[in-house]
Amino acid sequence: MRPCNPVIAEGNSPVQDGQPIAYSAQTTWMLAVRDHRDKAAFACLFDHFGPRLRGMLMRSGVSAAQAEDIVQDVMLSVWRKAASFNPERADVAGWVFQIARNRKIDIIRRERRPVPEDLSEPTVDEADGEQIVALEQEAAKLRRALSALSPEQRSVVERAYMGDLTHAEIQAETGLPLGTIKSRIRLGIERLRHELKGDR
Amino acid sequence: MQSIHHHIPDSLLAAYVSGALPRPFGVVVAAHVSLCETCRAAMLAHEAAGGAILDSFEPIEVSSDLRERVLASLDDEVAPEPAPVQADGPLPAPVVEALGGRKPKWRSLGPGASQCILEHGAAGSVRLLKISPGYEVPDHSHNGLELTLVLQGAFRDVTGRYGRGDLEVADSDLEHTPIAEQGEACICLAASDAPLKFSSLIPRIFQPIFRI
Repeated sequence: MRPCNPVIAEGNSPVQDGQPIAYSAQTTWMLAVRDHRDKAAFACLFDHFGPRLRGMLMRSGVSAAQAEDIVQDVMLSVWRKAASFNPERADVAGWVFQIARNRKIDIIRRERRPVPEDLSEPTVDEADGEQIVALEQEAAKLRRALSALSPEQRSVVERAYMGDLTHAEIQAETGLPLGTIKSRIRLGIERLRHELKGDR
Repeated sequence: MQSIHHHIPDSLLAAYVSGALPRPFGVVVAAHVSLCETCRAAMLAHEAAGGAILDSFEPIEVSSDLRERVLASLDDEVAPEPAPVQADGPLPAPVVEALGGRKPKWRSLGPGASQCILEHGAAGSVRLLKISPGYEVPDHSHNGLELTLVLQGAFRDVTGRYGRGDLEVADSDLEHTPIAEQGEACICLAASDAPLKFSSLIPRIFQPIFRI
């Protein structure tokens, strides 16, 4: 098995203002899958997310057999829907999370979850490396905030995002600081809108 | 550029992102997010929070069979994804999807008001309402939660003015009389988890017929 450090082909490494930019391992794997259909990079994503997805599904009461089915389904969706991954608006874990949630609802509840209209993508997309790195940093801050919660708070937050609490039970604050990551994602959405209008 | 003033409360958005929100409300949230960049960013932030939780979950090893099976399936031919549903005039994509791609069939609710029920079941109901300018939605209060999203025109009630993209969140405490503004007919997407009850006699007679 190849170790999980896919070599990015010469000329494909992200550059901003002439300086190379280092993305996180997850983003690097995901972009290699999206742009180069890199199976070794996909195997790295599988080895990272497969067992975590299984852990999350089994915590929410899904049987071991059904958890394996859903993990398979989710990871194949990661491969097949890779083109819609946009690191300027979502980090890899958040993107995998929403696929897992949709597949879980499709498979367990047998209903289609209503989803918002897709944002139209510009035909020529030059990645904004700074935006991507800044969003990765915000996601890392969220992970740190999560690990700083007391076990009780953390359990409430987990139950809220795993769908175990109703909207009435989720009180106004989950205890996670979402303000700065919201603003950062908003910048990614606005850049897209300006590109579509040809403002840039 | 955006003139949306009434947004999705954070707890509703978190419930939508978690998958716990019943489908009728989910249709309204998805329709609002389709029109509102602020709430789209907030939704993506909640998904990032879900991602942080996923990422920090204790891994449970998956069988090596599963890994091999997935890696061996990468080159399988799969049917292409259906083209995403598009908005149709004032109706955002999630509404068009709930309509099954058909045009709404309006049924009269009495003078100045008509409706088109999109879905109705144990989890609640979601419908389109069309109110002619100057007319009021019959005076009613609610048994439970009601979400009303304006898709065209505007209405006013005791809580303020609601134009395209604005979302009103009402619970059983609110007794209100929304009145459609002059201009275009006001088209709203409304979801409730209980049948609406009317405070005046006449509409109550219609209630079983119209499933209000």
